[in-house]
Amino acid sequence: MEEVLMPKLGESVTEGTIEKWLVKPGDTVEEYDALCEVITDKVTAEVPSVFDGTIKELLVDEGDTVEVGTPICMMETEGGADEPAVESVEEPTPAPREPAPRSEAPEKADARKGTRISPVVMRLASENGIDLDEVTGTGFEGRVTKKDILKVMEEGPSEKRVPAEEKESTPVSEPAPEPQAGQPAAGEEIPVTGVRKAIANKMVQSSQEIPHAWLMMEVDATNLVNVRNSHKASFREKEGYNLTFFSFFVKAVAETLKEYPILNSSWQGDKIVVNKDINISIAVAGDDKLYVPVIRNADDLSIKGIAKQVSELAKLGRNHQLTQKHMEGGTFTVNNTGAFGSVQSMGIINHPQAAILQVESIVKRPVIVDDMIAVRHMVNLCLSIDHRILDGLVAGEFLKAVKTRIESYSTEHTSVY
Amino acid sequence: MAKISYLQAIREALDYEMGQDENVFVLGEDVGKKGGVFKVTEGLQEKYGELRCLDTPLAESNIVGTSIGAAMMGKRPVAEIQFAEYILPATNQILNEAAKIRYRSNGDWNCPMVIRSPFGGGIHGALYHSQSIETVFTSTPGLKVVIPSTPADAKGLLISAIRDNDPVLFFEHKKAYRLLKEEVPEGDYTVPIGKADVKRQGDDITVITYGLCVNYALQAAERLSKDGYEAEVLDLRTVYPLDKESIIEAASKTGKVLLVTEDNLEGSVMSEVSAIIAENCLYDLDAPVMRLAGPDVPSMPYSPPMEDFFMVNPEKIEAKMKELAEH
Repeated sequence: MEEVLMPKLGESVTEGTIEKWLVKPGDTVEEYDALCEVITDKVTAEVPSVFDGTIKELLVDEGDTVEVGTPICMMETEGGADEPAVESVEEPTPAPREPAPRSEAPEKADARKGTRISPVVMRLASENGIDLDEVTGTGFEGRVTKKDILKVMEEGPSEKRVPAEEKESTPVSEPAPEPQAGQPAAGEEIPVTGVRKAIANKMVQSSQEIPHAWLMMEVDATNLVNVRNSHKASFREKEGYNLTFFSFFVKAVAETLKEYPILNSSWQGDKIVVNKDINISIAVAGDDKLYVPVIRNADDLSIKGIAKQVSELAKLGRNHQLTQKHMEGGTFTVNNTGAFGSVQSMGIINHPQAAILQVESIVKRPVIVDDMIAVRHMVNLCLSIDHRILDGLVAGEFLKAVKTRIESYSTEHTSVY
Repeated sequence: MAKISYLQAIREALDYEMGQDENVFVLGEDVGKKGGVFKVTEGLQEKYGELRCLDTPLAESNIVGTSIGAAMMGKRPVAEIQFAEYILPATNQILNEAAKIRYRSNGDWNCPMVIRSPFGGGIHGALYHSQSIETVFTSTPGLKVVIPSTPADAKGLLISAIRDNDPVLFFEHKKAYRLLKEEVPEGDYTVPIGKADVKRQGDDITVITYGLCVNYALQAAERLSKDGYEAEVLDLRTVYPLDKESIIEAASKTGKVLLVTEDNLEGSVMSEVSAIIAENCLYDLDAPVMRLAGPDVPSMPYSPPMEDFFMVNPEKIEAKMKELAEH
């Protein structure tokens, strides 16, 4: 009998969520057959079997999140137990593997549930009627320490007291039914799991940690539209994929980041790390899921090269085939919000990057050019910045430089190759 | 009060007791004319004569046997064993005779003897000059084993040991001899045998130790204080019999206990301290009891890096303290 452990799906990944089991007890599988789909905050991946054998028991339910190294299922194998129980999916050459996680992982899982309670904490809690779930632990892995309990005994359960006082005051004003009247009737409940949960966590982290500031600039994209339209049909015919407006914007951003490297940086607590590579993250939606794959070294690529990558990544995204490899290493995000008709938006930065640029819809509008009213193709570029790293001035200069680049595209001078 | 070293404090205790009680005499290898290999007994032979500061042959069993006989006849001998590991030829005399005379004679006879001996490592002494051998004696009722950690305690405990009516083994850390200096009360000054001492107050963790490690633990505690953790440091002072009451009190105070000894880990004094805590303090414990000790290898090595690996030091203690504080 062998245990299959939750594999480590990337360097900083510590836990994963079983999205879907692809096998059931009694199934016979061969080594490398997919056992289940796992979602981490970075990637969705299939966990391959590391043994030939029969599935005996699934230890983790779909939707549950467990730490890397936690046993997820039991398998009956024929051969000896000489096969390693842990197999890394992303690292074909396993780094020197410490045996520790294997035995420690289940303990850690228990710690989350609060079962590691020391004798003194148990005694003080029961003597004083303290609910340990209400005590914030400051010890190792959030363990409730003796000092934590003593603090609660000294200060009293402050959180509990508040609702008690509210209760006393409510009967005086109004009886209970009022809030019920205001509640909408409950409809379908959608469990938050997998990618949705990962997106939610990432967004909360970003909006809580990063003080966002926003800028928007109007750009005249008339020249760009002309350039693109002049190549559109022949490009499609020759290359087999679309020459999108978005590729031009990514190109302009990559070039401008070279000029303003501070936008291509990351807040790291006590320092700002300026990234050498310009790796542009782009948002790709697939059904109800959102992926953010990366165009590496976008500054090295031609517009055609970018268009090709955008096309390939979008296709992989739609088919849910993007892996961690596709998603890691991004240094700046360009988001094609215009694709669904938006003309203005305030993006949440892709943590830990310094900024995100939203490219809105290109729309024809009357504008004043040389004191005359003209009909031009206009686009709004909306930039969200990490105000710890960037101030309005540099962000404005950056955006202006992007604007200038886009406005200076021309059929004569711009090559897509 | 004068600031004197650990070594001077011991000499002062000997001198004071020899001066006020003519039954007190010193014997051992090279203690007379040479004044001892570490010069602890320097000047005593000149002051009190050859009959009260005796140079003996290289025969530890003989030194202790002579002392036992003299003690039974009413003298108060203070025997010196040149290095603690040389005491082994005398263990039969100590364990079978000295420790049991009062019991065997139903209280008719007793043995008011002190055996002093330098122990401990960190001085590049290698295997014959670095060992901790206290555990040879810490399971024999009838004996008392005292290990002072400061000059004042060394003086006070040695005077108490000489005045004690039963055999006392008095181990002096040889690295502490000239390293530790402090103000020591002059004249008649005693420290009770069997009483541990809180050397530092703290409410985050408790460190229990003895010997030179007390000084190391205090250094570590000061560093740890910068991280916001306050360590209580309990100095056992007497490692046999143990001051259970103080151990229980100190362990219960914080619920997080680190036990430190430079002796080999298994079967050390700290194994017994740990058992006392386990038996008495379970419902006051906030973390598993931790021990920091020398590795279970035969002896202190001579090579400096290997000696460093073996020896407990403030850095090692601090690291363990922090681990415990953060538990």
